[in-house]
Amino acid sequence: MEKGNIIFCGVGGQGILLASEITSFALMKAGFDIKKSEVHGMAQRGGSVVAHMRFGDKVYSPLIEPGTVDIALAFEMLESLRYLPYLNKNSRVIVNTQKILPSSVSTGIETYPENILEELNKKGLTVFPVDAFEIAESAGEIRAVNMALVGALSVFLPVEEKLFHDVISEHMPEKIRKVNTDAFIKGRSIIKKLQEVNNKS
Amino acid sequence: MSQKILLSGNEAIALGAFEAGLRVASAYPGTPSTEILENISTYEGIYAEWSPNEKVAYEVALGASFAGARALVSMKHVGLNIAADPLFTSAYTGVRGGLVVITADDPEMHSSQNEQDNRNYAFAAKVPMFEPSDPSEAKEFVKLAFQLSEEFDTPVLVRTTTRVSHVKGLVNKGEIVTSKIKPGIEKIPEKFVMLPANARLRRKELDKRFVRLREFADSFEHNKTEYNDKKIGFITSGISYLYVKEAFPDASVLKLGMVYPFPEKIIKEFAKNVEEIFVVEELDPFIENYVKALGIRCKGKELIPAAGELNPSIVRASITGEKSTALFEPVKIPNRPPNLCPGCPHRGIFHVLSKLNVFIAGDIGCYTLAALKPLSAMDSCICMGASIGNALGMEKALGKDALGKIVAVLGDSTFIHSGITGLIDVVYNKGFTTVLILDNRTTAMTGHQPNPASGQTVKGDISTMLDIEALCRAIGVKNVYTVNPNDIEETYKIVKQEIERPEPSVIITKAPCVLLPEMKKRKDKSLYIIIPEKCTGCRSCLKIGCPAIEWVPITEEDAKKLGFKEKQKGYSIINAALCDGCGQCVTLCKFKAIALSGDKSGKR
Repeated sequence: MEKGNIIFCGVGGQGILLASEITSFALMKAGFDIKKSEVHGMAQRGGSVVAHMRFGDKVYSPLIEPGTVDIALAFEMLESLRYLPYLNKNSRVIVNTQKILPSSVSTGIETYPENILEELNKKGLTVFPVDAFEIAESAGEIRAVNMALVGALSVFLPVEEKLFHDVISEHMPEKIRKVNTDAFIKGRSIIKKLQEVNNKS
Repeated sequence: MSQKILLSGNEAIALGAFEAGLRVASAYPGTPSTEILENISTYEGIYAEWSPNEKVAYEVALGASFAGARALVSMKHVGLNIAADPLFTSAYTGVRGGLVVITADDPEMHSSQNEQDNRNYAFAAKVPMFEPSDPSEAKEFVKLAFQLSEEFDTPVLVRTTTRVSHVKGLVNKGEIVTSKIKPGIEKIPEKFVMLPANARLRRKELDKRFVRLREFADSFEHNKTEYNDKKIGFITSGISYLYVKEAFPDASVLKLGMVYPFPEKIIKEFAKNVEEIFVVEELDPFIENYVKALGIRCKGKELIPAAGELNPSIVRASITGEKSTALFEPVKIPNRPPNLCPGCPHRGIFHVLSKLNVFIAGDIGCYTLAALKPLSAMDSCICMGASIGNALGMEKALGKDALGKIVAVLGDSTFIHSGITGLIDVVYNKGFTTVLILDNRTTAMTGHQPNPASGQTVKGDISTMLDIEALCRAIGVKNVYTVNPNDIEETYKIVKQEIERPEPSVIITKAPCVLLPEMKKRKDKSLYIIIPEKCTGCRSCLKIGCPAIEWVPITEEDAKKLGFKEKQKGYSIINAALCDGCGQCVTLCKFKAIALSGDKSGKR
């Protein structure tokens, strides 16, 4: 992969911007040109958050065009459906199986859709479910959900694993470095396992 | 060797200003501009301040420039409306130290109440404007803007858009190039005192400067032509340039790095060399109108949308008529709108106001979210500080009939920004408007910037804390109250009492934003739970719209099994991970089903 379009999506407060930041730094170290676009402001208040990331030899537009996403990294299950028009049949979708209820659902006005993973599979997408919350919890810090997911994403990027570890060391205070690195490694190994299973079947 | 780093447009602007030897920076926070000053404040040797509003910020920067220091003032697009007064006159006075004004526009209104195109300010104020298209250019252009400002004795506008401010890209660190001007007091009244007699002479200077600026525009290296296939030529600027390059990599392009004044010769030359011209720009036909005025045939807004952000797909589809390449249709899923945080002290107030059935003249801040369901407790919202004047105007239109029916609501930072003058008007013109100042000790919506009521500066230094209560009394309001908004009963009592008073009153609802670091770290936080056997499924607690309170639907069978009433359709639970312990929900439950965690008696 010499160039790519990645979408990071989820809910405000999940550490999406930091995750996209760590990924950008690793891609930068690997020598790519990068453009990353995020929207701040209202989204901080528990709203839906999305970051577009593009890398390659030379990147012009910071926005990804519909139908051209290579990898979608969804931090929340429902959010994996929101950006479907950006995907195509070859897109890989990494989905954190965590559910965070939108206010319309928690107040009983709307219902949370069921069978989201099947829905994605039915469309022919390659889906990688990851219980990032469980990984983060077992690593000792529930806020490390984002690094578990970056670990999962890293498997598909043309970046050596070591560069990610370097970036985490450089950008995280010592206190939380180990749990985040652990979460990253676990997230990465889960995708590797899923790939093996996929290859065998 | 130059070092490459990954920066947002706003971070790059801060770096560019630092590399230009910036001495003084001022701003009022506003998305998407906020991070410019936040980043500048981290550099040593630069004075940085959050000003009460954009006009003051502009005046501070202009003063610094008059003292021979390089100065920068940044704001969001609507902020320039507030600062427009000093902007227009500073075009007459000119500068001493370079003065750069950043306007961060917000096409698509990601977090704004309108999407005005501030390139029109450059035209109206007769001030040059640069428009970078990515972080790398943002840094370069800010540096060049300081040089241009001193060379031409003019403030220089730099326009970004959300998609430049908040995009991250690779930027080269560069050399520090400082001003040759020596800071110090210089009395030059004919330049700085804009009495009509002086201003008339300065107007002539302005016109002369403008002729020179036009010539400069034609020689400016960032007004650049890229010739490829000459059948199609695009004229564009800013982020639109990147969309054109993405959508039409083989076309010829004239990219304007300086969008005002226009480089007439370059545009004419380009028009001669390409067969068909398209002008691609976001929002207004700013460049297009000028190109047409030169007598050049071009296509623009008849093809390209005038509202909202562009992207490569829109640009391509507008020109070629090709449909989007999207393969999957969007699916219908619940929306996830932003919401007041769990524990937000504003939530209770809007619940109180919605029960009072009053017209709520609102304002700009987190609390504007109270306009959304389920609170639906805001009836107008125009611009910073407008709530008080709006309420007074309604009151004056309706006379006595308005008593008890209208309130004005605004935050602490907004009150200081431009609410104070409105309150003075209420007192002076004998209104009876009740004003609620929602004082959460910070400018929360833009990311918790301190303000004069927070008692600290942008660098975190302790400063004098503005006493809002004393200020309101000094303005002449006799009825001033401070209440704890988490105490819903008390807040209701005071608001009800004051809206019926035929005199002005101010109710300050004082409780810190729950996202302030000291609030997040507090140890004495007690959480609430819902006692299932007491919950009747009446849904009263859901009306307050707290994200921590969740509705669990149940079937009739479940209801029987779980010991609920036969027809109960569900029950509420409190999500312990989200509850912040404000206790606002307790008074909503008639059945005393909400209690402190660990206290199942329902007693508080």
